[in-house]
Amino acid sequence: MTGFDPLIVFDLVLAIGIVWMGWASLAARDAFGMVVAFMAFGILVALAWVRLGAPDVALAEAAVGAGVTGALLLRTVAGLRRPEPAETAGPALKAAAAAASLTVAGIVAWALLGTPEAGGYDALVAENLAESGVSNPVTAVLLNFRAYDTLLEVVVLAAALMAAAMVGARQEYAHEGLGPLFAPFARLIVPLAFVVAAHLLWLGSSRPGGAFQAGAVLAAGLIVLLLGRVWRPGAGQAAPLRWLALGGLMIFAGAACLSFALTGGLLQYPAGADLIWIVAIESALTVSIGVVLAALFHGGLPKGGEG
Amino acid sequence: MTGIEVAGTALIGAGCLYFLAGTVGLLRFPDVFCRLHALTKADNLGLALVLAGVGLIAADPFVAAKLALIWVLVAVASATGGHLIARHALAERGANAEDAA
Repeated sequence: MTGFDPLIVFDLVLAIGIVWMGWASLAARDAFGMVVAFMAFGILVALAWVRLGAPDVALAEAAVGAGVTGALLLRTVAGLRRPEPAETAGPALKAAAAAASLTVAGIVAWALLGTPEAGGYDALVAENLAESGVSNPVTAVLLNFRAYDTLLEVVVLAAALMAAAMVGARQEYAHEGLGPLFAPFARLIVPLAFVVAAHLLWLGSSRPGGAFQAGAVLAAGLIVLLLGRVWRPGAGQAAPLRWLALGGLMIFAGAACLSFALTGGLLQYPAGADLIWIVAIESALTVSIGVVLAALFHGGLPKGGEG
Repeated sequence: MTGIEVAGTALIGAGCLYFLAGTVGLLRFPDVFCRLHALTKADNLGLALVLAGVGLIAADPFVAAKLALIWVLVAVASATGGHLIARHALAERGANAEDAA
């Protein structure tokens, strides 16, 4: 083998495409164009993760980064009724911003180049994988070895929902006439999205997948229901939805307390029972992530007690 | 290279031609309806050819079934998306015509 891998051509085109889309999402003339470029950027980055051998991250990037974030951004753009402000930054401010960005980029590059080859978690995880209860190393890290990181991520999601609820002001987004094709489309896609979400959740213990990817797919199905006005969250659903949205966090936090009481270690599951704990937490998380993301699209959860 | 690999590669190549044609159409056609026509047709057929080629090379019925499912989903999504975009463009054109009148 005289080491020329033809895939290097693909990688180069991909790298150029990522930089180009990143630039396009900053340089687009209007907010809509920016969002579209950003979604294309997300898809290309997901491909890059596949090429780097990180299918878990690729799935998350495609489902959350490009998919649900794109829907949330488009929804926001549609809600922005004001004309976009004229450019206000003067040349001095722009130069200062550029200098600051370049400085930070330089520091990051310097830190990265100066870091000794650290091998990461790989060896440590591989050594202890048998104890984690799952065979997918990514899930083992996320929900066992470093589960408290994931717990805090779920707290961030709950905080985002609270922020959305406080901002309130729910503009109408569902269109009256989506035409005769939308209902059959929803009838096919929504059940399938739920099945795929359950599948991704279940896969998570042994192969790429898990609560965040499954939750994002679940949210996509719910957003189709919201857009088609098949599902109109009303005051009557406020209480159950609140439980569903926060249930994942509550169960995760409860599991942290319970495991502390049982084993003396925070999120250190009782020996041998790891898989059951992880599947229980991930199942609750999937539902909550799906409901929270859909609620963010909707503009918060419905308020109770107002007819 | 076996005969099946040659056939698969040829199918993938043919699919890429459809994508190329669709992209040229997207860039060159004058209005949103013509562009949609170029995109939805070319991408559906192009994707079908690429997936058929990949399925031939993979030579695994389970993989082939997954690829077929992907094609059905993309076809359904792109038909619905194309319809929604065209509908929106048509409504906007109507609104503009009313404004002009």
